[in-house]
Amino acid sequence: MKILVGYKRVVDYNVRIQVKPDGSGVITDGVKLSANPFDDIALEEALRLREKGVATEVIVATIGPADAQAHIRNGLAMGANRAIHVVTTDAIQPLTAARALLKLVEKEQPGIVLLGKQAIDDDCNQTGQMLAALWDRPQATFASKIEINGNAAKVTREVDAGLETIEVDLPAVITADLRLNEPRFIKLPDIMKAKSKPIETLQLADLGVESGDHLKTTRYAPPAKRQKGVMVKDVAELVSALKSKGLL
Amino acid sequence: MSKILIIAEHLDGKLNTSTARCVTCARDIKAEAIDVLVLAADPAGVGADAAKIDGVTKVLTAARAENAHALAAMLAPQIAAVAKNSYTHVLLPSTTFGKDLAPRVAALLGVAQVSDIMAVDGAHAFKRPIYAGNAIVTVEAPPNEQLVATVRNASYATASSAANAAPIEALALDVALPTHTRFIELVQGKSDRPDLQAAARVVSGGRALGSSDNFKIIYALADKLGAAVGASRAAVDAGYVPSDLQVGQTGKIIAPDLYVAVGISGAIQHLTGIKDAGTIVAINKDTEAPIFEVADFGLVGDLFKLVPELTAAVG
Ligand SMILES: Cc1cc2nc3c(=O)[nH]c(=O)nc-3n(C[C@H](O)[C@H](O)[C@H](O)COP(=O)(O)OP(=O)(O)OC[C@H]3O[C@@H](n4cnc5c(N)ncnc54)[C@H](O)[C@@H]3O)c2cc1C
Ligand SMILES: Nc1ncnc2c1ncn2[C@@H]1O[C@H](COP(=O)(O)O)[C@@H](O)[C@H]1O
Repeated sequence: MKILVGYKRVVDYNVRIQVKPDGSGVITDGVKLSANPFDDIALEEALRLREKGVATEVIVATIGPADAQAHIRNGLAMGANRAIHVVTTDAIQPLTAARALLKLVEKEQPGIVLLGKQAIDDDCNQTGQMLAALWDRPQATFASKIEINGNAAKVTREVDAGLETIEVDLPAVITADLRLNEPRFIKLPDIMKAKSKPIETLQLADLGVESGDHLKTTRYAPPAKRQKGVMVKDVAELVSALKSKGLL
Repeated sequence: MSKILIIAEHLDGKLNTSTARCVTCARDIKAEAIDVLVLAADPAGVGADAAKIDGVTKVLTAARAENAHALAAMLAPQIAAVAKNSYTHVLLPSTTFGKDLAPRVAALLGVAQVSDIMAVDGAHAFKRPIYAGNAIVTVEAPPNEQLVATVRNASYATASSAANAAPIEALALDVALPTHTRFIELVQGKSDRPDLQAAARVVSGGRALGSSDNFKIIYALADKLGAAVGASRAAVDAGYVPSDLQVGQTGKIIAPDLYVAVGISGAIQHLTGIKDAGTIVAINKDTEAPIFEVADFGLVGDLFKLVPELTAAVG
């Protein structure tokens, strides 16, 4: 069984993003880029399933600009067998990403597609669910545990009410939550090995994907700032401050 | 004119307050109709509650054994069938229920989705957060297309349930449903405390608590305040509390009147979850902790001394 992993490059989660003064976008010049943290977790899970003998091949798929090569090499260094790079200069929206991933799914016929539950740049949390719908296959989102039994996956999901377990027939789309695993560190020899692993490069335009970029972003603004408050010296002062605000 | 369909969220026969928050958002869109769709094995009770929410035009119910659990693969085709050609907007709450379900509906309808609406700028223009709330964008959706969106809970108060008695209409949806997805179980944190997402007061603990046993002092303070208990990701990851207590970018986004952060540093991903809180109190031994940047009241010191003191003082 093959596992296809969505491996998006995003602004590193430690970067505190700033909005451009003219509201036309956010400042991305020179900021550190990394794999979407949830995608690292998705990839790690795929590698573990391969190590357990459940999967035979792990393919990372990146839809992004031509300069995402180093990022893709990272995925290969972590352990993916090969990569597919769908090249586009545009930051595409989830419906387009799902349509493009569907093309790769049709070509590769994976048993599992593992994506992150959300990309931490657009914070959309949509692509996996959309892909599952377009593919007409099951979805198991926000996974914190995955168990493969033959032709089905038992997935524990982090939901607001607690932990939900569902069973889905394969093939299926699974999206990774934070507690699914802790991704491994890349070792130097793996970086060397990754250099000889194959990367297939396709142009998004050549995939024949209809654009699902239906939303137009017209303005970027910084979030409303909270007023910095006051320091109180002890519990008594805190209690009286809260009382005077009617909170106690 | 807009016609809005809101998908009701419910569990164990109880309507979640997120539904009434969606109604508040829908009212800002100035629609000619705001209908609520209840998909359940037995929708009668939830449907009756939804009909009371002020602003609701009509409640639609779809009773089906497959709707006993909120599985997106089951619900999405039914919602798409109801929405198709009849509604301009489909709204769901931005809870795990809505986040799971909405994109499946959008893809079936072949349209884009707006996630986490925090303000309405027009029938097809909305504000939403990106980059963990570090930027707020205005997005415009094509007016000639249906729009599927999720509504950020913390941005909207619950619509009242005072005077309304909307008509309830039972639908017979002849939609083929898949068998590829099966519910097994839901393990819920049993608690008599208020629900984290609806509570007016929340006390959260972080990594500094050090153990689940030590978390008792957080629960004791919460009980005194009638508050829900929350936690940072570090506290959840360390196993001090269950994952459904996590507050933040990847946990729950909340807006209580009072938020007390105890032994939490204030990482950006945590702050995203509490930006809309009325008053933030922070207790931390580190004067430099970023949580103090957003706290209305900061108290520096050892939590193991201060929290019991505070618990005694509010009693
Ligand atoms: C993609 C992604 C998503 C994330 N999502 C979330 C999320 O949803 N929610 C979330 O919370 N985090 C999230 N995080 C993690 C986040 O970055 C922080 O790591 C986490 O919030 C830290 O938790 P903490 O404040 O409890 O721990 P720490 O940062 O370790 O802070 C502990 C604090 O306790 C104080 N302290 C220690 N001892 C005492 C004492 N005795 N008395 C008083 N104070 C004391 C310390 O001064 C310190 O400030 C996410 C991270 C990533 C990468
Ligand atoms: N451009 C992309 N390249 C690769 N994977 C992507 C891309 N966009 C989205 N994904 C996958 O879809 C997940 C959810 O993204 P989103 O719906 O944008 O929050 C990500 O964690 C990725 O696994």
